[in-house]
Amino acid sequence: MSQTLNIQNLHASVDGNEILKGLDLEVPKGEVHAIMGPNGSGKSTLSKVLAGHEDYEVTDGQVMMDGIDLMDLEIDERSREGLFLAFQYPHEIPGVSNANFLRAALQARLPKGEEIDAVGFYKEMYAKMDALSMDRKFTGRAVNDGFSGGEKKRNEILQMMMLEPSYAILDETDSGLDIDALKIVAEGVNRMRCPERGFLVITHYQRLLDYIVPDVVHVLFDGKIIKTGGKELAHELEEKGYDWLTNELVAV
Amino acid sequence: MADSATLEAVNIDNEAGNFTYPEDYEYDAGYGLTPDTIDYISDIKKEADWIREFRHKALKIFNKKPMPTHWASKDLENIVFDNIRYYLSKGQKPTRSWDEVPDDVKETFERLGIPEKERKFLAGVEAQFDSEAAYSNVKESLEKEGVIFVNSTEGLREHPELFKKWFGKVIPTGDNKFSALNSAVFSGGSFIYVPPGVKVAHPLQAYFRINAENFGQFERTLIIVDEGAEVTYMEGCTAPKFETATLHSAVVELVAMKDAKIQYITVQNWSNNVFNLVTKRGMAHENAEIRWIDCNIGSRLTMKYPGVIMKGRKARGEVISIALANDGQHQDTGAKMIHAADETTSNVVSKSISVGEGRSTYRGQVHIPKHLKGCKNNTECDALLINSNSRTDTYPAITVRGNQHATQHEASVSQVSEDQIFYMQQRGLSEGEAMSLSVNGFVNDLVREFPMEYSVELKRLIDMEMEGSVG
Repeated sequence: MSQTLNIQNLHASVDGNEILKGLDLEVPKGEVHAIMGPNGSGKSTLSKVLAGHEDYEVTDGQVMMDGIDLMDLEIDERSREGLFLAFQYPHEIPGVSNANFLRAALQARLPKGEEIDAVGFYKEMYAKMDALSMDRKFTGRAVNDGFSGGEKKRNEILQMMMLEPSYAILDETDSGLDIDALKIVAEGVNRMRCPERGFLVITHYQRLLDYIVPDVVHVLFDGKIIKTGGKELAHELEEKGYDWLTNELVAV
Repeated sequence: MADSATLEAVNIDNEAGNFTYPEDYEYDAGYGLTPDTIDYISDIKKEADWIREFRHKALKIFNKKPMPTHWASKDLENIVFDNIRYYLSKGQKPTRSWDEVPDDVKETFERLGIPEKERKFLAGVEAQFDSEAAYSNVKESLEKEGVIFVNSTEGLREHPELFKKWFGKVIPTGDNKFSALNSAVFSGGSFIYVPPGVKVAHPLQAYFRINAENFGQFERTLIIVDEGAEVTYMEGCTAPKFETATLHSAVVELVAMKDAKIQYITVQNWSNNVFNLVTKRGMAHENAEIRWIDCNIGSRLTMKYPGVIMKGRKARGEVISIALANDGQHQDTGAKMIHAADETTSNVVSKSISVGEGRSTYRGQVHIPKHLKGCKNNTECDALLINSNSRTDTYPAITVRGNQHATQHEASVSQVSEDQIFYMQQRGLSEGEAMSLSVNGFVNDLVREFPMEYSVELKRLIDMEMEGSVG
């Protein structure tokens, strides 16, 4: 079984407008791939389509995760199979504490009748919160309710650390973060890097990639990957902008 | 959110309560309600003349009173009073030992977990099966302190002086059509007296079970807590799911004397064929406190507005309620706060959840007259809609005269958004689990008001309502 997240010829629309227009991408386990692209290129659409958001209709192509066809699975099944999406705008869940939410998410991964070990759960959660410099009081607060932008993003990383996915998509995790929060978040991600896990880091700016150094950089434009390169490609984009690539494309 | 899952989440009955045993009654008042029905009930109970007259008078008032259809649901008109049986019993006397309870009745309560709860954390239990109590017991230590906890039939017989003094005083017979109905045919319910200064540490619990079809349960509860005394009373209710309508119409009167405290907790989970039309009111004397904590899940139509008359200076009244209306259900609930003395304080917090075509209505009345000073009221009602075709209405009526009072009112309506469910599902929760967790989050701060054992039960009931067969 191939240990990759493999996307082939992906076409997806929202409200009848095609956003992804034949996207090809492969993220093997153990690698960090970055996707960059100008606004409106389809970056966030890609993350939502992979997670299974119902507003997006997949019209063609396929997505295989370790040999499993993702499109056959419900949103929650994809999650339990090992796909994680760190949201650009994490939603609030009023009245539900972070601890309870995480516990419910972990419980959902256990066979019926099996109960989560509460002591072990708290121990693990506290250790991971320490790594992200999160206050213990945080466990009792309602999920993302009244959180600052930085707290929300840190919370996403905590959830990722607790759920230990095979593939993690980070959707503009750097947006709204100051440099200190960015470093903490990046460090959390770097600690998670391992041969058993693949990352797809979606970002608008090269800044994040100074801290989470990618193995491969892709450029997304108008619903397709138009260029793939090493980490230096990110610097090139930072210097020259996207125009040199997109103009080239138009010229062809 | 996918409609399939929410569609499956509706129409779910709490299967734990959905069972019935064959009918085998020694006493059956038959269908319909006439003066003969009342004599039949009075004869079986060997009642004193004054109570028989009280019933007959109530029947006349009931017949005269119109349905409150000018404001309530038209569904009330579907109650056919002639198709209901008003008294059913096996002729059992309530026993103090579960071993002596008839087998099918005992099994019923065992399936509902009552004896187990009693062993674990209750100070006393009364279990009513259709019209009469089958079991009634209170811890010996409380009995020695003079605490009385019996059913209303026994209360009338054994403690007529106490009973008569307060009976029908907080809720007059003619308060509404259904209080008149209850006054005519009442049977069962609890009679509690707590002597001055006695603080009952553990809750007293009553459990009301309807087993028969085409039946009306009319329990009558009277709780008197003397000066400086305290009690927590809890009631639970279930019925099997029948094709035909069943009527539950209780009257509950509470009296809190000076400095006394009463906490009355209801966890109702009627099946969705039950018309639940209940009148509940308490009278709080000086510096006394009455709290109604009310959870309404299930039933076809519930109309219930617990109230507190704050009769003495510095008296406090509180209503905390949670209502969940699923498909085909209407929860019409609220509170009545009548301020009748200076410096009285009332607080109403209501949360309702409407699922599918479920409908919830908040109806509140706060009355503060002009001649009083320093009264306070706080009213908060929040509604959560799960689907776009769910419905919620709020009718607060706050009458405050005079300018020496403080009142505030807040209301909100929110919806569990598609994106919230998407977010939760992305973490691995099924759609049903995500809904269930969202709803539990919405009522979380109120659930904390319930004793631990009940908050667990409540959470389980909400999970069942929301999740059902969604995998």
